[in-house]
Amino acid sequence: MSDAKVFILVTHADGKADDSAFELAAASGRLFPGASTTALVVGSGVDAVCQEVATVFGEVWKFDQAALAYPNAELLRPLLVKVLPAGSRVLLAHNTFGLDLGPGLSVKLGAAYVPDVVGAEGLDGATLKVIRQEFAGQVSAHVACDISKGAVVSVRPGAFKPEPSGATGGPVVDRSTEATGLSARRSFVEVISAEAGDIDITKEDVLVSVGRGIGEQENLALVEALAEAMGAGLSCSRPIVDAKWLEKPRQVGTSGQTVKPKVYLALGISGSFQHMGGIKGNPFMIAVNKNPKAPIFQVASVGVVADLLELVPALTEKIKKGK
Amino acid sequence: MDILVCVKRVPDSAENEISVAAGGADIHRDDLVYSVNEWDNYAVEEAIQITERLGGTVTVVSLGDSEAEEVVRREMAMGAGQGLLLVDGAFTGSDGLGIATILKAAVQKGRYDLILTGAQADDGGGQVGGMLAALLDWPFASLVNRIDVNEGKPLRIGREIEGGAQEVSDIETPCVLSIQTGINEPRYVGIRGIRKVASVEIPVLDATALGVETASVGSAGAKVRRVDYFVPVAGAGAEMLTGSTDELAGKLLDLLKAKGGIK
Repeated sequence: MSDAKVFILVTHADGKADDSAFELAAASGRLFPGASTTALVVGSGVDAVCQEVATVFGEVWKFDQAALAYPNAELLRPLLVKVLPAGSRVLLAHNTFGLDLGPGLSVKLGAAYVPDVVGAEGLDGATLKVIRQEFAGQVSAHVACDISKGAVVSVRPGAFKPEPSGATGGPVVDRSTEATGLSARRSFVEVISAEAGDIDITKEDVLVSVGRGIGEQENLALVEALAEAMGAGLSCSRPIVDAKWLEKPRQVGTSGQTVKPKVYLALGISGSFQHMGGIKGNPFMIAVNKNPKAPIFQVASVGVVADLLELVPALTEKIKKGK
Repeated sequence: MDILVCVKRVPDSAENEISVAAGGADIHRDDLVYSVNEWDNYAVEEAIQITERLGGTVTVVSLGDSEAEEVVRREMAMGAGQGLLLVDGAFTGSDGLGIATILKAAVQKGRYDLILTGAQADDGGGQVGGMLAALLDWPFASLVNRIDVNEGKPLRIGREIEGGAQEVSDIETPCVLSIQTGINEPRYVGIRGIRKVASVEIPVLDATALGVETASVGSAGAKVRRVDYFVPVAGAGAEMLTGSTDELAGKLLDLLKAKGGIK
């Protein structure tokens, strides 16, 4: 069965394929070695995207319709159920669109759903073996899936590095006429962009970033004092914004800002992949966390297991004296 | 509006060091602090706020062992009128689809306009809500961070998408929505609130009562199963600093100076 086709759903915006498309091409090679790949590009005016991804896939199926202009998972799902052969293996990114589409798609296809895959362990007949993470990345798990009736696999962004492709540019097959007569009980209204405001953490070379480990709102003053002493920007992880302790424009992560500092001091941040996904440019990262199992210690340059409430004021004091 | 909220009792990963036990068969569960899944707590709060404004009922359902009752009661204390427990040995080992199959049977025992779940739980899959919607053939939206109810019209909802943007849609009811954290500020539940609901009876339904075929759920029905837990061999990992608070602060100062972290 290893010659069964793999279908890859391409996420795209503004005429460009998302990085995840190329990561999924690499993931397909690791999860289903030797299988031929078909990219699915759905949207309106997607020729450029099709050409772009044709370089890494065996072929591209284009579904180009005005009605599909904004990706609405509720519209796309019936289309995919219609065009995908029984037993298909489908790869999609574990991003906000994949989370919307994937689980229901697996049900409608009668296929296994394997969410948020971070590694491949091999394909043994109809048993796909993968690696996932649980408990906010504190432990990993080997997972075995019966994919005899097909599979929908969502792949964590960033988990598979794009590889130079052996493909020489597959054909683009226009199947747009099949993408008609679709209706959904959910309709797109608009996208509201994040408020800009006068806070811009994306331009900062040095960021002091605070997470849930700070404990109480009043302790934030300690971190603010440190950032001020360092001359650094102040950013945070999601729980701080959820609690309304800091403004949304200060949030680093896939659902917040993408930052490219040279130095990143992470205080009480566990290091979820959504948070780490917002940090680019490989900064020098110092992580302070009271939990020695915090996943951020796997990626930080330097780690300290300590109580923020003691260490942060001590560091602020030393910086002030050293100036 | 009659709303069902699906909640799960989980080890609180912000409060616990999770480690692998028994050669990978499980995690160490002694001494773990359990609580309601964080995302579910926002879903319950949202349901209560909707019914406080517009009337209706909130039912909190949990699938699990008898210990799930503590979590259901806590969420009821926030202001949900009804609880429901789905408990059967045959449910053990269910994958996402198995859990969605059991929840579907529970949904069909009642009448609901809206079903809320958390966007994800401790296993990070984010799958049950979307599967439940597909099994019911109801529309679905994930990562919802805004719900506007306009009587007689579809719900206007916001989804959190990449880069801090919000995707706004209209969705017909009945529907299933998975709720993102930050949509509201969940109310505090004190001991007195929990005492007030301590004697409210919570129905317990098993596979027979639900009309669920046991072969389709639990380990028997699971297509996806965890083989074991393990701790990944990290890459280089962080260089870990040790010492007294004063020594640590000194080391960090030197590092920050060397790397241009102090202006």
